[in-house]
Amino acid sequence: MKPLVTVFAAIFTIAISTTAQAFCGFYVAKADTSLFNSASQVVLVRDGQRTVITMANDFEGDVEDFAVVVPVPMFIERGQVNVGDKAMIDHLDAYTSPRLVEYFDPDPCIVRNRLEMMQDMSAPPSSWAERTIGARSQGITIEASYTVGEYDILILSAEESDGLIDWLNGNGYRVPSGASRVIGSYLKQGMRFFVAKVNVEEQRKAGYTYLRPLQVAYESNKFMLPIRLGTLNAKQQQDLYVYALTRTGRVETTNYRAVKLPSNVDVPAFVKSDFADFYRDMFARQAQAANDSGVFLEYAWDMSWCDPCAADPLSDRELRSLGVFWLAEESTTRKIAPPRVQDVFVTRLHVRYDREHFPEDLVFQETGDRQNYQGRYVVRHPWKGNSGCDLTTYHEQTRDRLEREAQQLANLTGWEVDEIRARIDFPSLRRMDDDPAPWWTRLWD
Amino acid sequence: MDISTRLQDPRYYQIGVLASLVTCGIIALDFGIRVENAVAIVSTALLVQFAGSKAAGLPRFDPLSPLITSLSLTLLFRTDLAVIAALAALVAIASKFLVRVRGKHIFNPANLAIVTLMVSSDHAWISAGQWGSGATGALAIACLGIIVLTRARRAETTIGFLGFYALLLFGRAHWLGDPLAIPIHQLQNGALLVFAFFMISDPKTTPDTRGGRTLYSALVASTAFVIQYVLYQPHGPIFALIATAPLVPVIDYLFRGTSYRWARFVTAPANGVKGAR
Repeated sequence: MKPLVTVFAAIFTIAISTTAQAFCGFYVAKADTSLFNSASQVVLVRDGQRTVITMANDFEGDVEDFAVVVPVPMFIERGQVNVGDKAMIDHLDAYTSPRLVEYFDPDPCIVRNRLEMMQDMSAPPSSWAERTIGARSQGITIEASYTVGEYDILILSAEESDGLIDWLNGNGYRVPSGASRVIGSYLKQGMRFFVAKVNVEEQRKAGYTYLRPLQVAYESNKFMLPIRLGTLNAKQQQDLYVYALTRTGRVETTNYRAVKLPSNVDVPAFVKSDFADFYRDMFARQAQAANDSGVFLEYAWDMSWCDPCAADPLSDRELRSLGVFWLAEESTTRKIAPPRVQDVFVTRLHVRYDREHFPEDLVFQETGDRQNYQGRYVVRHPWKGNSGCDLTTYHEQTRDRLEREAQQLANLTGWEVDEIRARIDFPSLRRMDDDPAPWWTRLWD
Repeated sequence: MDISTRLQDPRYYQIGVLASLVTCGIIALDFGIRVENAVAIVSTALLVQFAGSKAAGLPRFDPLSPLITSLSLTLLFRTDLAVIAALAALVAIASKFLVRVRGKHIFNPANLAIVTLMVSSDHAWISAGQWGSGATGALAIACLGIIVLTRARRAETTIGFLGFYALLLFGRAHWLGDPLAIPIHQLQNGALLVFAFFMISDPKTTPDTRGGRTLYSALVASTAFVIQYVLYQPHGPIFALIATAPLVPVIDYLFRGTSYRWARFVTAPANGVKGAR
């Protein structure tokens, strides 16, 4: 029997060749979705009632076994379905990932008053701002059937959920127990079912070795994501990333608490090599603190810039391929358009869900909030070089700072503070008297 | 009125609950409340009430009602611009003086302001999901205190609304075959409770008789349900209240009652202060 995959899972790795130089500090690592097992990624483009949804999947196994069933709010015609380019989602993931930045303390003897580099999160630097990147049986009706790319698509409507379940079972799909009730509920809410399975011949012809994301465009009052089917047979919590691309501002859930993850936190230097572990454990702890029912904001930013950049903003072409239809409209009506700031705001939401804590589907709304937010974690390396002055005070301050970072890290991740301390290179507190250089060497500086 | 009589005015308790919610919202619960918006709303509301009282020739300035309005606004209304927050407070309080029928104002001030600004500006929204289950639980207990304090007098609108709304949600779940966890989750919404206890409960904008209020609460609940679960639009209760408010004078006409005066039930039949409060 073929497994019925109801929610796509995405695990992938992207080689990060960019070490993009940022406005203030260097981008060194990011926590992309590859950190989390069985994570699904969905891009939701929405303006008014027009919606384009792109679903990434990382199905591993024999593609012949692959099928996905998605509830959709309306009848979907051939032209409303497209097969997208996975690279676009990868790029969006990279662009919106939580990031680690590092700074190096200057020589404390030369720069006594270290200037804190403050990030202006409210306005883009002008160079970025100007940049334009960016058979009726069993009571079920197959309303449409067509092939798009390597997928065979069926649009099903049914009077009764049992009919649909029987049809799926009869066609060799393993339907999770309890699906009948959920499907029945969706049917009564006027939703249709979209079934996609891989057409192996087409896939061979196209030459793809992986499954490309499916895209569906529709118009509906419902700004939601059906997650109930996906929770039916899940033994554990699942991770879902929603990238919302909108015109006005940040997207949030109206029926679950939206939580901002702690950001702009100073962390010890060793986190640089353990960034993935750090982020995973921090996220787990924050999710727990929100009673496992929070929807976490990981990124909210105007698509025309970034700082620091984990990846370049998406180009107009990439955004259009993800379904940002208003960009397409504008460029066809204004052929000689001047460079402009992109009219696209991206929100990245990370949800760890299970049936117990997320009984309902996710319902979203677009807010007017255009305040930028990013998951940003900072490593500040203490000055290690030789110095021409007494470093006692600097070392004391550094020890205090590193101790604070250790405690903060313990709070964020739940790691043992003593283990953290053992991995931190605290400067030794040598007094001037212990200094092997004779006192007179600095007498006539 | 002496101090002890005054303190029995349920509005003091309401203000206490709302103020602590706003404080927790800013400090601990990350409701997304901005301090500058809170300040803009409270100060504008008091200022407009003061000016309005003078202009309407009221004998005294009553800060309680504008405080409740502005705290409700602070809790529910979100904007990224403090000027929009101030504008919301202006619309809310000014409407009490300007939009009146038979000596009663028609729209709940905070409700009118939220809807006006949401419809006319991209910078205004409501964060209905910003309450964790813990916060909602605490809020529910605090809200129940109001019913105890007022000995459930005039609480028909609140109880009626929540009752009818819950009935509709459970009925829907039953029809869809959904688990009970879904309607329960839908009811565990902080914004819904703030609406039920601090907005629809406003005696100045609800019908004067018990029967009228019960009918009205059923009307608001069913309209809210249609908006949210038939039309799939967010913030059903908020829009339902504004849509049904003009029916209050009609219900009053049909049921015939007397207009509400704050603290009436703790004082002797008063030559109470009439007018906008």
